[in-house]
Amino acid sequence: MKLEDIKPDVAHDVTGTFCPVPVAETAKQIKEMKIGQILELIADDPGVVEDIPAWCRSTGQEFLGMYEEDGEYHLFVRKVRELK
Amino acid sequence: MGKVRAVALLSGGLDSTLAVRLLLDQGIEIKALHFYTGFCITEHKRRLGLKREDGQHYVNPALKAAAQLGVPLEIVDISEEYYDIVLNPKFGYGKNVNPCVDCRIFMLKKAKEIMEREGYHFVVTGEVLYQRPMSQTPQRLKLIEREAGLEGYVLRPLSAKVLPPTIPEIKGWVDRSKLLGIKGRSRKVQIELAKRYGLEYEQPAGGCCYLTDETYAARFREAFAVEGKVTREDLVLFAVGRHIRLPSGVKLIVARNEGEVRFLRGFRSRYNYAYRKDGKGTFALIKGDPPEEELQIIADIIARYSKREQCEVCMKVGEREITLIGTPADDSFIERFKIYHKQGVKG
Repeated sequence: MKLEDIKPDVAHDVTGTFCPVPVAETAKQIKEMKIGQILELIADDPGVVEDIPAWCRSTGQEFLGMYEEDGEYHLFVRKVRELK
Repeated sequence: MGKVRAVALLSGGLDSTLAVRLLLDQGIEIKALHFYTGFCITEHKRRLGLKREDGQHYVNPALKAAAQLGVPLEIVDISEEYYDIVLNPKFGYGKNVNPCVDCRIFMLKKAKEIMEREGYHFVVTGEVLYQRPMSQTPQRLKLIEREAGLEGYVLRPLSAKVLPPTIPEIKGWVDRSKLLGIKGRSRKVQIELAKRYGLEYEQPAGGCCYLTDETYAARFREAFAVEGKVTREDLVLFAVGRHIRLPSGVKLIVARNEGEVRFLRGFRSRYNYAYRKDGKGTFALIKGDPPEEELQIIADIIARYSKREQCEVCMKVGEREITLIGTPADDSFIERFKIYHKQGVKG
């Protein structure tokens, strides 16, 4: 799937927060979403580039990709399973 | 009984990572919990835009460890409640302002809530007997467990054989003979094990908390002594910039780099402040209302930390906007007013 084709169901802006808050916020959003839905996380902590994919690996969610624009990171995560 | 399930406290350091690994080996299902206290070094460094020596971002060790172990991780945000623990610890502080005993109790209480709510059987930690003088003696471990309402339900796989058997061991949920009997500060056994398992881990292990920092503690104690109280915002600011207490009792917090300039500027609406007018220098928060005779001193301090050159300094003090010419103050002069841990010289 190309990034530009992704239509997120939920967009969540966490700019101004830093590790581990963006990850905790991602988890909160994913928890409330339905399986198959896509979250767009908007963050300016450059560390999210590593944190979010690592979190997806440990919790079994699908990391679809990301892009950066003017220091803002847009990351896309598809909910694949319920969070334990 | 069906599958044995446990929640594990995971800082992402070597010990907690190994503790989880040992139980995974026994087929136990683990959910990792990582506590966000608001005093995390990784968060703080990233907030200031700092990077590691190798140019990489500071990583959250717990996320890395959970991904490596293949266990789900929940980040438990306790930052709101944590301020009260830092300001009023029932069991006191460690060497610095680290309320380790209260902190462990609080984390275990939260772990207990999650364990009960989600149907887990016990709690796992990476604690090692006698590794830390304050919180890891047998009496302290017992006290911490009891205060958390988890007596017998906290399994410490790295030291299990030198501690009394826990309920998971007595009931046979866990094979005690496969657990370890490590004690003391040496990490030789753990490092050896990590090699054998092929585990990568973050250094320094054992947490990411800056309440154990000596300069942080010096500022905390000084503020209590001079101002009579410490606010939540103070707890954040103690970790940032150079702290300078002027004779009037007014405090300056002077940024040390661009990240700190950006960070401290975020507090402008609630403090007085001063900065080099052309933007080619530092920024300082001024806590309190400086008397007239200190305005020039502030300008000179700003000049000192703005490339050490004479420059125009702008100040906002109450409703007043003031511009003065600052002439770099001598280091020996500033040194008299600096608040930091003078043996450790980290400030």
